[in-house]
Amino acid sequence: MSEGHSTYTPKTGLGRWFDARMPLPRLVYDSFIAYPVPRNLNYAWTFGGILAIMLVAQMLTGIVLAMHYTADSNLAFGSVEKIMRDVNSGWLLRYLHSNGASFFFIAVYIHIFRGLYYGSYKAPRELLWILGCIIYLLMMATGFMGYVLPWGQMSFWGATVITGFFTAIPLVGDWIQQLLLGGFAVDNPTLNRFFALHYLLPFMIAGVVVLHVWALHVVGQSNPTGIEVKSKTDTVAFTPYATIKDAFGMLVFLFFFAYFVFYLPNYLGHPDNYTVANPLKTPAHIVPEWYFLPFYAILRAITFNVGPINSKLGGVLCLFGAIVMLFLVPWLDTSKVRSAVYRPWYKLFFWVFVADAVLLGWLGSQPAEGSYVFMAQMATLVYFAFFLVALPVLGLIETPRRLPNSITEAVLEKNKGGGGHLAGATAAPETKG
Amino acid sequence: MIPKSGNRFPDKAMLKQEDGRVENLRGFGMKKILTSMALIGLVAAGTGAASTWAVAAEEAHNAANPTHFPINEPKEMSWSFTGPFGTYDKAQLQRGLKVYKEVCSACHSMNLVAFRTLSDLGYSDAQIKTLSAEYTIHDGPNDAGDMFDRPGKPSDHFPAPFANDEAAAASNGGAAPPDMSLLAKARGVERGFPQFVFDIFTQYDAGGPDYIHSLLTGYDQTPPAGMVIPEGTHYNPYFMSSVSLKMPKPLSDGQVTYDDGSPQTVDQYSRDVAAFLMWAAEPHMEDRKKTGFRVLVFLLLFGALVYLTKRKVWEGVAH
Repeated sequence: MSEGHSTYTPKTGLGRWFDARMPLPRLVYDSFIAYPVPRNLNYAWTFGGILAIMLVAQMLTGIVLAMHYTADSNLAFGSVEKIMRDVNSGWLLRYLHSNGASFFFIAVYIHIFRGLYYGSYKAPRELLWILGCIIYLLMMATGFMGYVLPWGQMSFWGATVITGFFTAIPLVGDWIQQLLLGGFAVDNPTLNRFFALHYLLPFMIAGVVVLHVWALHVVGQSNPTGIEVKSKTDTVAFTPYATIKDAFGMLVFLFFFAYFVFYLPNYLGHPDNYTVANPLKTPAHIVPEWYFLPFYAILRAITFNVGPINSKLGGVLCLFGAIVMLFLVPWLDTSKVRSAVYRPWYKLFFWVFVADAVLLGWLGSQPAEGSYVFMAQMATLVYFAFFLVALPVLGLIETPRRLPNSITEAVLEKNKGGGGHLAGATAAPETKG
Repeated sequence: MIPKSGNRFPDKAMLKQEDGRVENLRGFGMKKILTSMALIGLVAAGTGAASTWAVAAEEAHNAANPTHFPINEPKEMSWSFTGPFGTYDKAQLQRGLKVYKEVCSACHSMNLVAFRTLSDLGYSDAQIKTLSAEYTIHDGPNDAGDMFDRPGKPSDHFPAPFANDEAAAASNGGAAPPDMSLLAKARGVERGFPQFVFDIFTQYDAGGPDYIHSLLTGYDQTPPAGMVIPEGTHYNPYFMSSVSLKMPKPLSDGQVTYDDGSPQTVDQYSRDVAAFLMWAAEPHMEDRKKTGFRVLVFLLLFGALVYLTKRKVWEGVAH
């Protein structure tokens, strides 16, 4: 995609002067104006841009909140309430930030599932995919630590439970947990280091996002057909085509975000977090934030020992394994065809996997007892089977549907009824073969 | 603090997220994805409903030994502050304040609420000054290094009834009465599937007040035969963590005198104090909903314009 050389020509004297010394305007022009994108991208492709603005929004609201927040176990809860009551528009900042985290995850899950559906991770985009997985991991760490900062009951007990996972690791587990906590239990040192890290990690995310976008601009975007761009007619310029489409996608997303911020700001939170942390009083049910629930269900599904691995370590291994699966996807999928559009069986298994992830999320919110445990075990099995069985095997046995020769051909095919034509295309579509 | 299996496998909660996710897809024109999502939703819904039913059946009808609380779901009341245009009923908040002052405040603190904020309830500055002066605030040290008592000022917060949590616990059978500033947001009974999905569309945000009202009106009931009520506690089927709670029935008919002609009943007191506590927990709610409406209208109009622009830009460009 980045085939062509730069087409940027500075029009003013100042522009030429600048371009000869530090071609930043050229970089921006090449990346966000002239950058060619496949003409057939659908709205699922707008989530990259949506995630970028969510990251910026979280950083901006977060920095202002940090100006009013006090990271001290005796003062943190009160300082958050001060923000809610006395700081000008403090309630808005805090609700934007707390719901922003949830919507950040909603967007990233759609983004990840889009990648899985259209096979966006396949060569040459493996590194792009892995950088995305790293961003997701950093997001999880940031979200978890951010949830601890208000120092409510769920903050405290969630932190206690999650840092407790590390004690399952043989030999060094206890040491790691104590290093994380700054002591033997969640306390003031924990809050302080979590605050420092919660402030640091978003900048690390931003750094990896730069690499992610860089990698994207080297290999170019995939597209719903999964066929590589072959000719100029396959693409349109980023501006105005993708820009305006992304803008519309963002506004629709912001509409739903605003609906929650202004009308249901506590819907995605837990009431217990409006009670100040009390180390002597365990809540009846400790649950993590919603975006961790599928992994939480997997953790709790392992209720049995396997040889030397006890159920606790087994649960933690499955939890981390569930995330490791994502990193391995580019090599687990053996299919020559990228997009699920042309893979009838993969398409079915993909949706089963989505349903399974939703089911796991629901199970994570339910008590780990009775029939729920068995259901969680089955759902965990399906989760791993998708990656370890369906992805490698389907690629070998599935007969894909006939692929169009090019994006252009696919678009023309689709538009045949409507009399569509390739306006803006300089030449007739080059169909190879 | 290292969680043993008991803590490690905590449970329950609110799976409010899948619908959030589905919400977001709405309007994105991903017709295919949406249809498939819907199908999956149906399948998940079916499984969910079936298993909820199965679990409910498992533990059914052991009235004397309930395992899930509250025994009775909170009653959904009608509140002036719910919905997209909800506002607080100032007269109701004033009555609720009266109930708090005359009854609740004997045991419950309200540390986060300042007298000055009572202007939200429709009181004038002079009235707030008088009201705060009725309280004695322990202050200091003064220039001589002594602590002293003085009349309250509008900038003061409601003084707590006990010097510290330990004193509060000692005077109340071992459990400190919770601070009331955030109670209306800190309480809420899990809504369960599929109710939590509908709650998005109905904007249900009165879980706390509904719970408080139900709890306050839920005393005076006879426990089922065979149920063991621990010594020093009071049966209440609406209590969310057990069969009974330490707080005895706090309100009775005629206990607080209303001068606006409202009924002086436990039911009315409970509604009023629940509404007041909602205000105490979320004082900027009216502002929030008002701003929200403007924001949504703006996003709708701007979104429509951007959509039309997008159509124009892509006109005749096959994609």
